[in-house]
Amino acid sequence: MMRIGVFVCHCGENIGKTVDCPKIAKEAVKLPNVVYSIDYKYMCSDPGQNMIKQAILEHKLNAVVVASCSPHMHEKTFRKACAAAGLNPYMCEIANIREHCSWVHDNVEEATKKALDLIRMTVERVKFNYPLSEIRVPVTRRALVIGGGIAGIQATLDIAGAGFKVILVEKEPSIGGHMSQLSETFPTLDCSQCILTPRMVEVYQHPNVKLYTYSEVENVEGFIGNFKVTIRKKARSIKESLCTGCGLCVQKCPIKKAPSEFDEGLANRPAIYVPFPQAVPNIPVIDRTVCTYFKTGKCQLCKKVCGRDAIDYDQKDELVTEDVGAIIVATGYKLYKIDKKARDSLVKGYGEYGYGKYKDVIDGLQFERLASASGPTSGEILRPSDKKQPKKVVFIQCVGSRDPSKGFEYCSKICCMYTAKHAMLYKHKVHDGEAYVFYMDIRAGGKGYEEFVRRAIEEDRVKYIRGRVSRIYEKRGKYIVKGEDTLSGVPVEIEADMVVLATAIVAQPEAPKLAQTLGIPYDKYGFYAEVHPKLRPVESSSGGIFLAGACQSPKDIPESVAMASAAASKALVLFGNEMLEREPIVAKVNENTCVGCFYCKKVCAYNAIELKEIRDKKGNLVKVIASVNTGLCQGCGTCNATCPSKSIELIGFNDEQIYYQIKAL
Amino acid sequence: MSDSKFEPKIMAFVCNWCTYTGADLAGTSRMKYQSNVRMIRVPCTGRIDPMFIIKAFESGADGVLVSGCHPGDCHYTAGNFHARRRWILFRQLLKFVGIDDDRVFFSWVSASEGKKWVDVINEITDTVRTKGPFVNYQNLNKEFTLNG
Amino acid sequence: MDNIGYYPGCSLLGTAKEYEQSIRHVFSKLGINLIEVDDWSCCGATSAHATNHLLSVALPMRNIILAKKQGLKSLFIPCAACYNRFVVARYEIENRPELRKKIEDVLEEKIETDIEILNMIEMFQRIDRELFLSKRQRDLKGLKVAAYYGCLLVRPNGVTGFDDPEMPSAMEDVVRLTGAETVDWNFKVECCGASHSITNMTVVTTLSKRIIDDAVENGAEAIIVACPMCHSNLDMRQRNIAKMDSQHKSIPIFYLSELVGFSMGIDKEDLGLSLHFIDTESVLARFSTAIVAKE
Repeated sequence: MMRIGVFVCHCGENIGKTVDCPKIAKEAVKLPNVVYSIDYKYMCSDPGQNMIKQAILEHKLNAVVVASCSPHMHEKTFRKACAAAGLNPYMCEIANIREHCSWVHDNVEEATKKALDLIRMTVERVKFNYPLSEIRVPVTRRALVIGGGIAGIQATLDIAGAGFKVILVEKEPSIGGHMSQLSETFPTLDCSQCILTPRMVEVYQHPNVKLYTYSEVENVEGFIGNFKVTIRKKARSIKESLCTGCGLCVQKCPIKKAPSEFDEGLANRPAIYVPFPQAVPNIPVIDRTVCTYFKTGKCQLCKKVCGRDAIDYDQKDELVTEDVGAIIVATGYKLYKIDKKARDSLVKGYGEYGYGKYKDVIDGLQFERLASASGPTSGEILRPSDKKQPKKVVFIQCVGSRDPSKGFEYCSKICCMYTAKHAMLYKHKVHDGEAYVFYMDIRAGGKGYEEFVRRAIEEDRVKYIRGRVSRIYEKRGKYIVKGEDTLSGVPVEIEADMVVLATAIVAQPEAPKLAQTLGIPYDKYGFYAEVHPKLRPVESSSGGIFLAGACQSPKDIPESVAMASAAASKALVLFGNEMLEREPIVAKVNENTCVGCFYCKKVCAYNAIELKEIRDKKGNLVKVIASVNTGLCQGCGTCNATCPSKSIELIGFNDEQIYYQIKAL
Repeated sequence: MSDSKFEPKIMAFVCNWCTYTGADLAGTSRMKYQSNVRMIRVPCTGRIDPMFIIKAFESGADGVLVSGCHPGDCHYTAGNFHARRRWILFRQLLKFVGIDDDRVFFSWVSASEGKKWVDVINEITDTVRTKGPFVNYQNLNKEFTLNG
Repeated sequence: MDNIGYYPGCSLLGTAKEYEQSIRHVFSKLGINLIEVDDWSCCGATSAHATNHLLSVALPMRNIILAKKQGLKSLFIPCAACYNRFVVARYEIENRPELRKKIEDVLEEKIETDIEILNMIEMFQRIDRELFLSKRQRDLKGLKVAAYYGCLLVRPNGVTGFDDPEMPSAMEDVVRLTGAETVDWNFKVECCGASHSITNMTVVTTLSKRIIDDAVENGAEAIIVACPMCHSNLDMRQRNIAKMDSQHKSIPIFYLSELVGFSMGIDKEDLGLSLHFIDTESVLARFSTAIVAKE
């Protein structure tokens, strides 16, 4: 038998002025199952809350309706008051007679009538409430960081520094990411490797960090606080525990002409190699696609010279599993390769720029390697084709970015700055050289950024031309860059010795695959989606999975680092408690009536519907039905509305509650 | 009761995160609108079963509004898209169940659109008032009650 | 025999007579029956699209309606300017309902746009490769040509949807079937100055010279076109170019259909090759005798 109490708040004049509160309190008590009703000036005040507590005890109330302000204001307050009197907090419901009634209407008679309607509807609803308790989930206080670029490194060090274990997975043989390839960084022109290398070493030596390089995340199961991750350790063909990193094998390898990934194809590496001298870990890897032994079964020179017998040609990929409570995705970006127009590609490409056809038309990362002291030219700017110093270099911005007709619609964000940096570095190294930049707009928002670009223009005399380039072609050893100067309205042709294209930043090609493994959403370009672009920018919509760096959208180093620290702090918030508590507003399956059509699974945005086998006592399979993972369910109720057999209810907003609320209209 | 005095009953099913909060904003901004609407709060428009709408008419509503987050803004990522798909289908069935489809309204009202909420409610109230009461179901109810 | 609608347009009856002649001969040899649209009229390319938008859409639509009435499912439009007007007009009609209504009022007819519109290159793309090769009587091996598309075939690309607007390659594929070699060059889609052909000849000679120079520099002996405007500018204006630059090396400009026709052994007179300003014999003479007899 329901014993409901109704408490009507005047909110001073706020409700009392337009709603006749004493009258509706008197009317409310006539409603079926309402055994007590009272009005008071400020229900949320201490005396008001005490009235509720006392009434619960005196009148043995088992449900409470408070007619007051919006539930967004004081639902928690009143539920707490009820709990203090021993009533389950979820037996308390609010009728919003302030924001939705007294404040928006003038006529006392109409407002009073509406307020009473709202109370009646809420009373009908609360009859079908039942006691609920917070869901508690244990938290594994270890984190997984995917991607060992600067964002992943930062997140790893932050979490490890707070005293929690971190597993860092990097698919390349070394951590460091794109930042390790850069020459100098804007806007300070400090050497990229000089600031990065110490952090890489710190990761390697940190007692709380477990590093998996040359490894990929293969599978993820579970939910916030309780993920089980399978990691594929690709076969390095080296026994890591034995290798000392002496480098003898690398020196002796007869294959010398494999294009170096780290040098963006501008230099070569052997078949057994360490990607770059500062690599962490300093352990080589055998590229089985070019190694003579793997191709012909002969050679084994590296094995012969290795004093530690660390070479293992028979090594296989290894699968390891790790339990973690939070995952930080920091998989970074790729540069859009404009020479290859991929099938199913979103973009039409820029074949007319001759990238891939002309050796001296290069992209931004290739220029970084040319300008880097550790690069193939030891930092001298030389044309890849003939190793001569280019006297005229054209830089083209927005190649593929901000171009809805041929490229991507978005702005790649960092190109304005790095192009200014490139032009500046070029001028610093080739004093009599000329540098031209074709741009659409200069977007230099950031601390010291605009000043940096001005410096390139004013001090280093880089010539900025506002306009697009239509074509690049070779003519007698020069590259004719045909473009337009839109400020003076004339066509421009520059005979360049070298052209550097600031090609668009794109998501990693495997980004969608990883997103599907993780169950996180991504946009049409493959960038991972945050829950809320302003207020929750580092969280994915899957609980416990956070985003850092350029995998979410194009980003520069400071932004990636800031985002990584933010993601780390989100993980640490999660690790702050051993148990995770959350509202019990989740879906629940009626196992008797569920027929296992799994329409609920199709509409669930959170992958919260799982398959459950129902077996009889003998263990024979009776049926496979839906089951809700309460760790993943966010309580939207789409499944409830979708279920054809009405076998799944959203607790707190179930069909009975809503139908009876409707019937009370 | 003469027609001029007819005051319609409007039932509104709104999502917790956008429209309910938008209606709260109309309140805190002390905007005024007609008092005919009664709201039912659900977490997401995805939770709204088309049966709710039929039941609302059965319970005496003259018009029904469904309102949620703008497409792409759903708090639950995609609930409002599911809702939208459902309505496209449901709308075609309305006639079949004897409901004029111009008594059912859909809108997107965000948490910042207090003014839009006011306009939507006033417009719907006026429209339904001109259409007059929805008697189809009420008469049916009466018949069933009389027949016992 | 395949029936395909045929809209010649004004150029093919005037300055581009040889284009028309070569098309008729080539397609009759390939077994395609070209059915001319009855009572066809101007497409609006000359001035309508610059002066009166309504007219520029109404004119192609009138012709499309006529073609549909004749029961034609495909319409071959060899002139690139006409082709461009037709596809643009169709695009506008399909995407702007208010304009469609207006044009229907003007023409007092209902418009249906479900007709395939084909340019010169697309026509050849329809031909079965084996059939094409079986009709070939001269292998033009060793002839180096530059395929020039101009602007109207590939732009605006969102509308014509034909090939890549900056790096097209479809014409090269057809040319190679004749045995001729195509050169890799840079001015495939650069402007020839078409619309200034009469009003501002300096612009035309400057632009045309650049195109021809680049073709020559990259080893081309001739340029292949599929547009009467391109042809007249490049062919006719070489005299003026020669006046400007005494070093200028003249090269013949062929319509794609002429080159194909020549490789099929069609008589040079029938192809209208004598109507060119620049002598064509300089490059064709060496193939003239080499007709392969086929039963």
